[in-house]
Amino acid sequence: MIEVKSLYKKYGSIDAVNGISFKVNRGEILGFLGPNGAGKSTTMKMITGFVRPSSGTILVEGQDVQEHPVGIKEKIGYLPENGPVYGEMTVQEFLRFIAEIRGFRDPMEKEEKIDRVCDLCRLNSVRHQSIETLSKGFKQRVGFAQAVLHDPPVLIMDEPTDGLDPNQKKEVRKIIKAMAQDKAIILSTHILEEVGALCSRVIIIAKGALIADESPESLLERNRRFNALRIQVDGVDNKTVRNALRDLPEVSAVTLNDNYFEIFPKNKRAIEALVLKTLRDNNWLITHFEKAPVGLDEVFWELTA
Amino acid sequence: MKQIVPLFKREFLGYFRSPIAYVFLIVFLVVSAGLTFYLGRFFESRVASLETFFNLQPWIYTFFIAAVGMRLWSEERRSGTWELLLTLPIRTWEAVLGKFLAGWAFIALGIALTFPLLLTVAYLGNPDWGPLWTGYMGSMLMAGSFLAVCSFTSAITKNQVISFVISVVINLGLVFLGWSVFTELMSFLPLSWVDGLSNFSYTTHFVSFTRGLIVFKDLIFFLSLTFFSLLLTVIVLEH
Ligand SMILES: Nc1ncnc2c1ncn2[C@@H]1O[C@H](COP(=O)(O)OP(=O)(O)O)[C@@H](O)[C@H]1O
Ligand SMILES: [Mg+2]
Repeated sequence: MIEVKSLYKKYGSIDAVNGISFKVNRGEILGFLGPNGAGKSTTMKMITGFVRPSSGTILVEGQDVQEHPVGIKEKIGYLPENGPVYGEMTVQEFLRFIAEIRGFRDPMEKEEKIDRVCDLCRLNSVRHQSIETLSKGFKQRVGFAQAVLHDPPVLIMDEPTDGLDPNQKKEVRKIIKAMAQDKAIILSTHILEEVGALCSRVIIIAKGALIADESPESLLERNRRFNALRIQVDGVDNKTVRNALRDLPEVSAVTLNDNYFEIFPKNKRAIEALVLKTLRDNNWLITHFEKAPVGLDEVFWELTA
Repeated sequence: MKQIVPLFKREFLGYFRSPIAYVFLIVFLVVSAGLTFYLGRFFESRVASLETFFNLQPWIYTFFIAAVGMRLWSEERRSGTWELLLTLPIRTWEAVLGKFLAGWAFIALGIALTFPLLLTVAYLGNPDWGPLWTGYMGSMLMAGSFLAVCSFTSAITKNQVISFVISVVINLGLVFLGWSVFTELMSFLPLSWVDGLSNFSYTTHFVSFTRGLIVFKDLIFFLSLTFFSLLLTVIVLEH
């Protein structure tokens, strides 16, 4: 669907994108993750044909972006960073303009397309309002509507939820999920929770280079605390407990923080059953037992530091 | 090519979405007519021609068209909408042409609205209509060149004021080169040099039109200046 091969972009002496390759298939939502200035936007601008790569190739449905710029643009829906729109137009005027440029000249067909995206993006209540008078959330939805008006097989969104309040974010994620089937979607974000909530795959880039390309789940496994346990027991001294746990064959380390033991498994394997059995066999009173909470944050910081 | 139509429509109607367009048109008409009457002593001389009007046009266009053209691309760059526009299925040259044509149509409207001057001339005497029509035609062509220069200067910056200033400097330069005061100032240079320089001037190529002549060389000058300025616009946008 989308295939990027050793893509480079230099701005003077800055290597904005430094040899990135990846593939995205239909039905996938690929999350582009990386700190500010990592090269996310630049990569997306190159895929959409707005910025010319210094070198490398980009294929969209097998066609080269450089060789078929207009043909490719017909297949892509793009929501640029900050969702730029013509503020002085009303929502309806703007969407009509997009529809006409996208080649929907037949009035029936045009209105049908516009009705569809207004329903999808819940814009019906503001159709005749000029865009500059809309709230940030509505403006962003107008940006979506424009991007999906032609029901493109490829959808590219640069920080689609940036600057929205939590409710608006939820709303926007719902819309993205609703249109996810049958499309290859790339979205960039620096919000980690979004990746878990939306994406089927994650690419992390830092300083223009790709440092991870995997599912959110397997990214989580990289967390130091993956499958670690947090427990508290009563009635015995800490040293006895620690020694007993440390001697277990599946355990690599045991630490004590704020009266909680943290038990780290070997090879990040699950050890609940084993630990539970040991505690029970010793007849210790378990007052707390949980899997250590793991987030993408630590993984992200470790990888991009 | 088909994509030019909706873009043209959006851009042209866009001028009338803000009151600034009406202000532009009114100021243009008032200045054109006012200076023509004032400097040309229109009624006193009772000459049934628009010579003064046409002579003033390059000077007025320098500022009026810069004001119309400064936002062509600067505004899109500032607001980021050029990224939207240039990732729609439209070629860069089509976008450049569509915007240019819309701006030109807006200016043409301004020029057309000077028709009361024609009526006045007709009222004053028995005008020679030939030079009037060719004058208007030359004026349109010249306006196109002015606007194409503005298209270029607005593509290089996201700041409208900078775009305005640079286009005024370039266009004013191209007016100056053929102005009689300038050519006299330059009289210490060999005549062929002065002639060569004035060949790059709007004034030099506009003057035949106002005398009722359509000279091939003049047509080529305006068309090629327009073409190359638009080409530069495309190149700048595609960086
Ligand atoms: N038009 C440009 N000119 C010069 N440098 C740029 C330009 N666009 C981006 N950059 C630089 O390229 C790098 C990557 O930027 P960007 O792709 O916007 O990162 P991200 O979207 O991940 O925050 C940054 O260092 C940025 O300063
Ligand atoms: Mg960015």
